[in-house]
Amino acid sequence: MASRTNNTFRYVDWVTIGLILVLLIFGWMNVLGASWSFDQTSWFDFSFRSGKQLVWIGTALLIGFVILMIDWKLIQDSAWILYSLMLLLLLITPFVARDIKGSLSWISLGPVSIQPAEFAKFTTALALSAYMSRYGFKLRSWRDLLIPLLILGVPMLIIMVMQKETGSALVFASFILMLYRKGMSGNILIAGLAAVVLFILALKAGILMTLLFVGIVILFSIGLIFYLRWKDNRKFKWRNVWLTLGIGLVCTGYSLGCNWAFQNVLQDHQQKRIAVVLGIMDDPQGAGYNVNQSKIAIGSGAVFGKGFLKGTQTKMNFVPEQATDFIFCTVGEEWGFVGSSIVLIVYLMLILRLITLAERQRDEFSMVYAYCIVGFMIFHLTINVGMVLGLMPVIGIPLPLLSYGGSSLWSFSIMLFTLLRLDAARVEKMR
Amino acid sequence: MINDDLYRRHHVVQAIAILVVMVFIVRLFGLQVIDKSYRNKSENISLVNQTIYPPRGLIYDRNGDLLVFNQPIFEVMLVVRDMTNAEEPFDTLAFCRSMGIDRDYFDRRLSEIRDRSKNPGYSQFRPQVFMTQLNSIDIAPLQQELYKLPGVSIRQRTLRDYTYPAAAQVLGSIGEVNQRDIDSDSYYQSGDYSGRDGIERTYETILRGIKGKEVLMRDIRGCIQGHYKNGELDEEPVAGDNLTITLDIQLQLLAEELLQGKVGSAVAIEPSTGEILALASNPTWNPSLLIGRQRSANYRELLNDKTKPLMNRATQAQYSPGSTFKTLQSLVCLQEGGITPQTLYPCSGKGSSPIKCTHHHGSPVNLINAIEQSCNPYYWQAFRDMLEKDGYGKDNEKFRARYQLWVDDMMSFNLGRKFEDSDISEQSKGSVPQVALYDKIYGKTGWRAMTIRSNSIGQGEVLVTPLQLCNAAATIANEGFFITPHLCKSDTFLRHRHETAVEQRYFPLVKQGMARVMTNGTGRHYALPDSITSAGKTGTVQNSRGRDHAIFIGFAPVENPQIAVAVVVENAGFGATWAAPIASMMMEQYLTGEVTRKDLRQRISSTVLNPNVINRK
Repeated sequence: MASRTNNTFRYVDWVTIGLILVLLIFGWMNVLGASWSFDQTSWFDFSFRSGKQLVWIGTALLIGFVILMIDWKLIQDSAWILYSLMLLLLLITPFVARDIKGSLSWISLGPVSIQPAEFAKFTTALALSAYMSRYGFKLRSWRDLLIPLLILGVPMLIIMVMQKETGSALVFASFILMLYRKGMSGNILIAGLAAVVLFILALKAGILMTLLFVGIVILFSIGLIFYLRWKDNRKFKWRNVWLTLGIGLVCTGYSLGCNWAFQNVLQDHQQKRIAVVLGIMDDPQGAGYNVNQSKIAIGSGAVFGKGFLKGTQTKMNFVPEQATDFIFCTVGEEWGFVGSSIVLIVYLMLILRLITLAERQRDEFSMVYAYCIVGFMIFHLTINVGMVLGLMPVIGIPLPLLSYGGSSLWSFSIMLFTLLRLDAARVEKMR
Repeated sequence: MINDDLYRRHHVVQAIAILVVMVFIVRLFGLQVIDKSYRNKSENISLVNQTIYPPRGLIYDRNGDLLVFNQPIFEVMLVVRDMTNAEEPFDTLAFCRSMGIDRDYFDRRLSEIRDRSKNPGYSQFRPQVFMTQLNSIDIAPLQQELYKLPGVSIRQRTLRDYTYPAAAQVLGSIGEVNQRDIDSDSYYQSGDYSGRDGIERTYETILRGIKGKEVLMRDIRGCIQGHYKNGELDEEPVAGDNLTITLDIQLQLLAEELLQGKVGSAVAIEPSTGEILALASNPTWNPSLLIGRQRSANYRELLNDKTKPLMNRATQAQYSPGSTFKTLQSLVCLQEGGITPQTLYPCSGKGSSPIKCTHHHGSPVNLINAIEQSCNPYYWQAFRDMLEKDGYGKDNEKFRARYQLWVDDMMSFNLGRKFEDSDISEQSKGSVPQVALYDKIYGKTGWRAMTIRSNSIGQGEVLVTPLQLCNAAATIANEGFFITPHLCKSDTFLRHRHETAVEQRYFPLVKQGMARVMTNGTGRHYALPDSITSAGKTGTVQNSRGRDHAIFIGFAPVENPQIAVAVVVENAGFGATWAAPIASMMMEQYLTGEVTRKDLRQRISSTVLNPNVINRK
């Protein structure tokens, strides 16, 4: 055990740990900024959020330390057990949860509330890694995708349908990056992108403009095919023409479906949030309130910001959820363009570092797992900061390591340190 | 890893991450560097939602007389941060001077505002109520100083005001909502007002209206810069609906006047509709005492008053009905076959023992004479014969079954229960002793008619509220049914008809007996003038707390009853002396619009029977 621990600390990736610590410390300063009030006598007063967040950070680091100490084989071996236990917990949660703004995902344990859905990401990533690292498994066709989709789809559906926690469920979409890296067709990635673009177009520009757009793209593609035929007849296949027309048909149907689904499937508040982002609706007091206030707060930060604890917008409670999902507002207001860009770049560095770690893994399990974490980080960053900047609809997911809240901090700490533990064992695995 | 083709894909993942961060940085550059509108809009414009309170609905009496209306009041609001964070120190002295308060009060109030245990919604950035319910004169000096007091603002709201100093218990009052109200109804926010009791509470949702809001722009100094988007997003408040209640305010005023100096209550009902014409309870207060700044002090005084003014005696006090109960007793005994209209009972002798008669009259008597003379032995014997009609039977079964019939019949007059389908919120049940109660006290076989004989003359375990008594009078006037007594005037709403268990054919006899009370019997001194016929029954109720309670029930005119009345005067003596004149004058007032017996009115209203009663009019 002693030598193994030594190895761990010799081979653990200190760059990642450094980046994590930078984000944690900066995050705490902003939670303090967002919840600072002038009645507060001490920064460490535990009845305030900044004090509580300090406890969360301390415990998160402790958990990280413990994870670095455990045997890496234990992580692999416990994947399925943890996954099954989490499914059970997710199923129970809606029945014991308190209703918080329509979401049934929080369990109260004495003075603290935790959100099991936050931790379901971790167990699902472990289960996927365990499945996809089985001997002989390879993602070659869509058939190989079925089981992985089932593994990630079950918890996702429970969270979305039973707990009514759309934001946390959407995070499961981020597994697409890992699946892509492990061999899933890139066309699916492109199709996903096309679906998002068409959805936005159908709602914002109207169904007629969308169909016109689809028509022009299809005509242009067919034109291109025939142009290439004229250039070089050998590569021409009629199949390509029919395929293009088929895609056009699917796109048309999809656009019509989007319009219908938007009005009939999505809930009222979800419709509003999307409509506000797309600029269809201006509602600065209702659904657009958060985003509008958050843009004002960020905009008022200007180039260098107002300075630590000097922000006014975020402190006046004009921005709701300012310490949790809208923490980036405080960053923007108090640290300005320079500070916010630095934070984003630190995030980018962390993500790129994680990709490097992922690529240097020597076993499938660790690599798949590492890419799951990379996916989470990119997804959370995109959705959360996109929302705060008014580029994405308001979906309540936290900014990893920065947002106030124990569940999110613990869950990311567990996920990242597990990755570091697996990475530190790579030398061992080589022997 | 080995697969080069897939290995290259990690560049795609890297590219996605880089692209996302670049898009964000470009967007940040746009928001924070290029677009100066967020900065220049007077340095951080922020939007403030301000609630506009709707005027509360007005309350009218049955004749369209305005009873309750609104007056404007002012509230002084503080934004603690703006006060403490201004460039110049806050001029506490000027503030206190203009408010007419001292420094101690200011400090105490401020620490109360900042104490989250007392003021859970506290935020130093949002306006907090410093002082409330000031009138336009109180507020004038502050208005002049306002420009140099950062963080201080004045908000206008409305307060209740009353045309007449009457019907305080019926109308109820409004007060600040508590945490429970806020949790259970999303309409309320901390600091709102709602009806706390009486009509104001029962019809809160009708009276309160719909709040409006204005969206205001506020600069960094906390100064309001105007309406956002020229008020496009503002919402006008919708005034509360007006309410017409069934009271006749002139009748109510008379009832309260006549009860002055006494503890008691008076209820009047229109028998054909169940509409409550008067609901007076004394001691009472001027409803204006429970508005404005003096509300809490006055409320505390009312709460601590030993005569319990806050209790609405008309609906909440429970009394033995005494001899007024003989009317219902007659009906039930006729219905269940204990007696016939011709049955004669002696007023004295072996059969009537141990109940003795308190009046002097011929003997034996029949039903009509028994009512007229309020003959106790008659009712004891009738009650006994009704219960013992089938004998006692094995294990007392037959007797207990007969008693159960009696209980059911009495309860069909809504005794022993609240008027559940009424809009009167504060009611007591009264009591009709159940079989189970006596079984428990005496054992199943341990009780006989003799054991419960006091009930025959309304002195036993039977308890009624004045409202129930008045409803009983209305039921007799209607000959067998009643409409649930209620306060909201409407032709359809709340007209719930209830049939009693007693057949219609027995009622005229009892009516006749009650009419004789007013012509020949205990109520003869207070027959109505102008040959308006009336019917009534007096009661003098022994009780453990001092002199007898005086009770009277009645209705008029006999042929076509338009008003039924019940009056209770606590510890007054004879019902015929104190309750009957009050009821008689109330009936006269309602039927003729005036009281011609000026001397009587003067004498009754100026008599103080209970020196502890404080006049708060």
